[in-house]
Amino acid sequence: MASDETSGKDLTAADSSSVEHVTAAVGTAVVGTAVVARDAVANPGFPPHRPRITDLDPRAEKRAERTVYTLFYLSIVGSIFAIAAYMIFPIVPEDPGSVRLNNLFIGVGLALALLALGIGAVHWGKALMHDEEGSDERHPVRGSDETRARAVEIFQEANTESGIGRRAVIRNSLIGALVVFPLPAVVLFRGLAPQDQDPVALLNQTMWKKGTRLALDPSGSPIKASDVTLGSSFAVIPEGLADLEHGRLEEKAKAAVILVRMKPEDLNQLPERATWSYDGIVAYSKICTHVGCPVGLYEQQTHHLLCPCHQSQFDVADHAKVIFGPAKRALPQLPIAVDSEGYLIAQSDFLEPVGPSFWERQ
Amino acid sequence: MSTTTDMKPVATKKSGGFTGAAANYIDERTSVSTAVKELGRKIFPDHWSFLLGEVALYSFVIILLSGSFLTFFFQASMAEVQYDGSYVPLKGVEMSVAMASSLDISFDVRGGLLMRQVHHWAALLFVASIGLHMLRIYFTGAFRKPRELNWVIGFVLFILAMAEGFTGYSLPDDLLSGNGLRIIDGMVKGIPVVGTWISFLLFGGEFPGTDIVGRLYSLHILLLPAIIVALIALHLLFVVVHKHTQYPGAGRTDTNVVGYPVLPVYAAKAGGFFFIVFGVVMLMASFFTINPIWNYGPYDPSPVSAGTQPDWYIGFADGALRLVPPGLEWVWFGHTWSFNILIPLTVIGIFIATVLFYPFIEAWITGDKREHHILDRPRNAPTRTAIGAAGVTFYAGLWAAASSDIMATHFKLTMEGVIHTLQAVVILGPIFAYFITKRVCLALQKKDREIVLHGYESGRIVRLPGGEYIEVHQPVDEYERWKLVSYNNYKPLELAPNAQGKVSPVQRVRAGLSRWFFEDRIAPVGTKELEESHGDHH
Repeated sequence: MASDETSGKDLTAADSSSVEHVTAAVGTAVVGTAVVARDAVANPGFPPHRPRITDLDPRAEKRAERTVYTLFYLSIVGSIFAIAAYMIFPIVPEDPGSVRLNNLFIGVGLALALLALGIGAVHWGKALMHDEEGSDERHPVRGSDETRARAVEIFQEANTESGIGRRAVIRNSLIGALVVFPLPAVVLFRGLAPQDQDPVALLNQTMWKKGTRLALDPSGSPIKASDVTLGSSFAVIPEGLADLEHGRLEEKAKAAVILVRMKPEDLNQLPERATWSYDGIVAYSKICTHVGCPVGLYEQQTHHLLCPCHQSQFDVADHAKVIFGPAKRALPQLPIAVDSEGYLIAQSDFLEPVGPSFWERQ
Repeated sequence: MSTTTDMKPVATKKSGGFTGAAANYIDERTSVSTAVKELGRKIFPDHWSFLLGEVALYSFVIILLSGSFLTFFFQASMAEVQYDGSYVPLKGVEMSVAMASSLDISFDVRGGLLMRQVHHWAALLFVASIGLHMLRIYFTGAFRKPRELNWVIGFVLFILAMAEGFTGYSLPDDLLSGNGLRIIDGMVKGIPVVGTWISFLLFGGEFPGTDIVGRLYSLHILLLPAIIVALIALHLLFVVVHKHTQYPGAGRTDTNVVGYPVLPVYAAKAGGFFFIVFGVVMLMASFFTINPIWNYGPYDPSPVSAGTQPDWYIGFADGALRLVPPGLEWVWFGHTWSFNILIPLTVIGIFIATVLFYPFIEAWITGDKREHHILDRPRNAPTRTAIGAAGVTFYAGLWAAASSDIMATHFKLTMEGVIHTLQAVVILGPIFAYFITKRVCLALQKKDREIVLHGYESGRIVRLPGGEYIEVHQPVDEYERWKLVSYNNYKPLELAPNAQGKVSPVQRVRAGLSRWFFEDRIAPVGTKELEESHGDHH
C-alpha cells in the first residue's frame, strides 16, 4: 500500500510544484506514439476556493444543521413505523390483499428509514463538513529499484537454499505430482449423473408406444377422435404419464404432443406419412427442435405453430416444417390411429428423437 | 499496580476516558492505528460517474443481506409436494418444494415478499450498475496503465454477476425459470462432442431431473458469492494501490490526486449513499412487483406463456439466439452440427473477449508505457469512443431482439419484420454508430479549440460603427481552458525497419491499427497558437 506523506493536507498547503512532476514523468517513461508537445499550455494550478453558502451565512449553516438532524430523526420514525407495520398489517391466510399491505407498509417504513439516514449523512457531508479539497501525491505503482532488487535477491536465495533450479529431477517430479493430483476430483464429477444410464439412448426414445392412448394435459383423461373438433388444438400427454411416481417431468419433457384437427384436404402430407393421421387429426411433438421450449401457440387461421421463446414457426398443414426462425428441423410427427373404442392411440413411438438437436443425433 | 501503569504508552495517558482506553486496547492487539494513519485521510476525487461502481458495491451488500434472510426460509429441493399455503389459486397443485417454499416466503412470511423483491431488484441493479460502471471506465480510458488488470477483475465480476443472476432466477422452479433452464439445456446440447454429456451431468440425468435446483443453490449461495467477495476485495485493494483516477481539471496532474479525505467527508457521503441506494431499492420493492412466480405456476415442460423473457441482462444472449438466420443446422460425418446455436455462442464469445482484451489491444497500438491517472474526456479519444458506441449499439440490438415478440404485438408489427429489422440493426447499426460518433467527437474537439482560441459566445450582440453586427466572444479563464487543452494526443505509428532492415508483419498490423486509431486527430491548442490568437476575439 502506498503511503502518503501529504495525506489530508489542504490544497493551499499542498505544493504547487506538482505540475512539474508531469514533465519529469514524461521525460522518463516510454511514450509510444504519443505526441509530447513542446509548447503545451502549462497547468494553471488549483483554482481559488469558492466558499459555500453555509460557510458565509450562519443562518444557512443553522438551517442545514436542522435539516440534517431532522432527517436523522425522520429515519428513526421510519424504522419504528416499519416495526409497527409488521404488527399492524399481519398476513391473513388466504387474503392476498393483506400480503400487499404488509409488503407496502413495512417497505415504506424501511425506505423512509434508509433514505432519510442516507440523505441526512450526504447533506451533512456536503453542506457542513470542511469543504476544502485536499491533494495526495501519487507515486509510481512499481516498487522502487531497491525493493525490486531485494525481491530478485530473495528468489535467488530461495533458489540456492532449496536447489530447485539445480535439482531438476526433484523439481520436475514435483510439477508432475501437482499436475496429476487434481485429476481424481475430475473423475468424481462423473457421479453428477447416474452411472448406469446412457443419455443418447434416453434421448432416442419417449414414453409413447404402440397403442398408448392420447390423453389430455394435465388431467390425463384419454381423447376420443370425435371430441377433436375442426380447427381445435389440444396439449396432449401419453395416458399414464400423470400417474407416474418417478420421472413424470422428464417423460413429459419428451412426450408432450400437440394435437390439431384440420380439413383433410388442407393437409399436405408426405406420402410416406399418409397413414400417420386420422381424418385430418395430426399429432406433433410439442418440444421445439431449436432449444426445447414448448411450441405452445397455435394460430388456427394459418395453421402455424409458434414457439414463444425464439419465434420459430412451424406449418402444421405442411408436416410441421420450419417456415421462420432459428429452428432447422420440422417437429417430429407422432403416428396416430383410433382404437376400437374410438380413442386416439399412438401407432408407435416417434420415429426420430424429439426436442433440441444434440451431437449424437442421427 | 504502579509498575503496570508505568508501562503504558505515553500517548494514552493524555487521552483519558473510555474511548481512549478502548482504542488503546484494540491498537495494542491489532496495530489498527497504522491502518488509520495510512487510510484515514486518503483522498478520493469526487464525480457523479464515480458513484456507478459504488452502486454496484452497495447493491451487492443489499443482495447479501436480503439473500441471507431468504436462505432461512427457502428449501432447495425438487421433491414433489401439494401446495398448501395461503395463495388460493395454487392450492392443491403439485409442485417442487423449492417452488412451494418460494410461495411461502411470498405469502406466509411477514416481510418475506418484501425481502424477495429487494433481493431481485437489487440483483437487477447490481448487473446494471456494473455495466454502466464498465462503460464509464471504458469511455474515460480509466483502463489504461496501471489499471489493465483491474479491468480484467471487473470484467470477471460482471460475468459472475450474470451467473449469480441466472442461478438465482432459476431457484424458485417456476414455469418461467424452468423454461430458462430448458433453453440452457438446449444450448448446451448443441455444443459439439461434449454437449449431450454436459447436459446429462449438469441435470443429473435427463432434463429437468431432480438435482438442478440444489446444484444451482450451492453455486448461488456459496461458490459464486465467495469468488465475488474475493474479487471485490481485490478490486478495491487495487483502487487503493493505484489511487482513484480523476477528471482533467486545473491543478490536477498524473502525479497527484485531488478530492476529499476518507475521514470525514468521503465516509459521510459514501456511507450516506449506501443508505440512499438501499432506500431506493426498498421503495422499488415496496411498490413494484418483480418476478410474480405465483402467476407463472410451477414448472411443467408443456405449457408456456407468450411473451417469455429472461431477466434483462440475459437478454443479449437470448436475442442472439433469436436473430440467427434460419436453417443453420446440418448432419456431417454422422453428427449434428447446430450452427443455429454455435454461431450466437461464438459471436457473443468474440464480443466479450474483445471487451476483456481491449485495454491490452489499445496499449499495444499506442505503445504508451506511462501511467495514466487523468481520465480522457470521451471526445478526446475519438476512435475509442466510436468503437465503444459501436459495441453499445451491437449489444443493444441483441438485447432488443430478446423482446422481438413483445415489440411485434405492442406496435402491431409482423414478427418477421421485427427480426429482419433487428438483424440489420445488429450488423449495420454498429457501423453507423461508429462513424457518427467519431465525427461528433472530432467536431466537439474542434469546438473546444474554437473556444480556447476565440472564446465562447457571450450572447451579446454589438453594432460596430460601420453598421456591422457582431457577437462578442468572451475568453475562457485559464482554469476552464486547461480542461480543453490538456489531453493526450497520439500520432499514427511510422513503420521503421528493424536491425535486419525488415518490417515485421506484426509491426505492419500495429501500424495499420495505429493509422485507424489516430489518422484523424485534432491536436490540443499550444501556447504558440494561443498567443497568435490573442486580440483575435472580438
